[in-house]
Amino acid sequence: MSTDRKDQHSDLEEMGRDMSTTMTDTAMPETTAPSRLGGTALTLAYDGRTVAEDLSVAIPDRSFTVIVGPNACGKSTLLRALSRLLKPKAGTVVLDGTDIATLPTKQVARIVGLLPQTSIAPDGITVADLVSRGRHPHQGLLRQWSRQDEQIVAESMAATGVTDLADRAVDELSGGQRQRVWTAMVLAQQTPLLLLDEPTTYLDIAHQVDILDLCARLHEDEGRTLVAVLHDLNQAARYATHLIVLCDGRVAACGRPEEIVTAELVHQVFGLTCRVIEDPESGTPLVVPGARRRSGA
Amino acid sequence: MSATAPPQAPEAAVPIPRRSAGARRLSRGAGLAVASALLAVVLVLSISFGARSLSVGQVWDGLTDPASPSYTVVHQMRLPRTLLGLLVGVGLGLAGAVMQALTRNPLADPGLLGVNAGASAAVVSATWLFGIGTFDGYIWFALAGAAAATTFGYLIGGGRSATPVRLALAGAALNAALFSYVSAAMLLDSASLQAMRFWTVGSLAAATPSTVVRVLPFIAAGVVVALGLARPLNALALGEDSAVALGSRPTAIRAAAIVAVTLLCGAATAACGPIVFVGLMVPHVVRVVTGPDLRWLLPYCAVLAPVVLLGADVLGRVLVRPAEIQVGVVTSVLGGPVFLYFLRRGKAVRA
Repeated sequence: MSTDRKDQHSDLEEMGRDMSTTMTDTAMPETTAPSRLGGTALTLAYDGRTVAEDLSVAIPDRSFTVIVGPNACGKSTLLRALSRLLKPKAGTVVLDGTDIATLPTKQVARIVGLLPQTSIAPDGITVADLVSRGRHPHQGLLRQWSRQDEQIVAESMAATGVTDLADRAVDELSGGQRQRVWTAMVLAQQTPLLLLDEPTTYLDIAHQVDILDLCARLHEDEGRTLVAVLHDLNQAARYATHLIVLCDGRVAACGRPEEIVTAELVHQVFGLTCRVIEDPESGTPLVVPGARRRSGA
Repeated sequence: MSATAPPQAPEAAVPIPRRSAGARRLSRGAGLAVASALLAVVLVLSISFGARSLSVGQVWDGLTDPASPSYTVVHQMRLPRTLLGLLVGVGLGLAGAVMQALTRNPLADPGLLGVNAGASAAVVSATWLFGIGTFDGYIWFALAGAAAATTFGYLIGGGRSATPVRLALAGAALNAALFSYVSAAMLLDSASLQAMRFWTVGSLAAATPSTVVRVLPFIAAGVVVALGLARPLNALALGEDSAVALGSRPTAIRAAAIVAVTLLCGAATAACGPIVFVGLMVPHVVRVVTGPDLRWLLPYCAVLAPVVLLGADVLGRVLVRPAEIQVGVVTSVLGGPVFLYFLRRGKAVRA
């Protein structure tokens, strides 16, 4: 398995490089716009506390975009705005050329999926039932549960490796398993765009890598556009094909990790003295914090 | 690590593996059929038992043959009482299930937002201030009171920005205020005391054909709204963020749910007083069977709650014949231990 993952990494890296050079002219036959989702001149605020002003971002189509930045810089807020959970005070979030606020919410839910930071699993719900609820935006009074829905649910569980858990209750699962189940639920929504708000929080390092590998696979194999908020700069640099670095509600830098992650940027954004070296596994930038000066010694 | 590592990307067609959807739907459907049969039995029992018992044959004659000696007793007393029990049971069961889903509280009762308190306060006001003493007179007051109380509770609970916790707090405050008003009125006015003594206990005995006709449209409308909310409430159960991400509108869902509860529980309460226990217990017990999926939970509650209510009413008629015990008393006395049993059993299963 570990060798598989290594291969995937190098594949991902190649793909990422391919993408920045060739994607624009070959790989996007059906849309001419480089970005399906983005925000222009956004002012984002919670109860009067302004988090960001005049913030503009574009999510490159078919990218694995990762948003990073220090605590309280507005990363999750931006993701909430992009997924219409938070209404911007000013500016617009644009999906496929239309203001997202004017689109029917069910239609948006067929294009943009979201794995929120906090979800509630109803008491005693089984994995299969929870994943089935991802089909909600595709259902209606006249559109009842079908064989096709059943198939999609089965595929989503297979893609996240939770098929064996199908009849288990969600509240009995471990944190890592639960995150996979929720991911399967969002996959069952079958959206070309997938937003993930800190998908690795509360997971140990092995399960973090596990979830991120899963994301990378969804991005590569199925050509989905992924946007994730992550805390760990090195994970972000390793997995992202497009990195957005936020600081105080502004975009401090954006682009391919190899091009933008530098010691100066990290110092400017996080106030951290560090060295940036090449990740021996993946060749991506690796941030190594400077050693603490031992004043006592 | 390798234990949790995912398998490779899915093949073109993933077989649907679980024992699963199909089988489970079949067993849930069979369970619902059994429950419906049970309801039919209880309906017949409710028409046959009373001060004078009728055989099944006499019940049939009484229903269909105007010349039969049992025609009058069936049509004037047993049938209205049974139909009212059916309507009230359906109303309370659905209202309880919707309220528990809305507040994400498995022990919420349908009166949580002040439905019962509002209805009680209105009935007391009707007898005390306007001297209205007949059942048909105060049913409208009870309905109006229930609607006013829930609307007010929803507004002070935050209106469009309501959360389950704020709603529960607002309902608790409203309940306390209205019930103290009811107590005060009962202490000050003996006619109110008399009216409330029977009404607040909860009884089906006063049912007439006109009561059934008056309650029917409210319950019917409430049933339509409640059943239509099954899928939206399923989405809302995953949390606010997930619900929005799945394309539902929490504010609209909550408002519709409150309308449904007011119609169902308001009409039920207006007709026969606050019988809260059925609405609390039935959804809770049904959940053990169906799980949290409201597309199954709601129909099960709609069928089983009248079974419980009518069953309790029949028992109340039989136990101390020729006198009666009010159905509200029977459900509480018998329901309590049964409920405790299920609570403990549920805990054992979980652990």
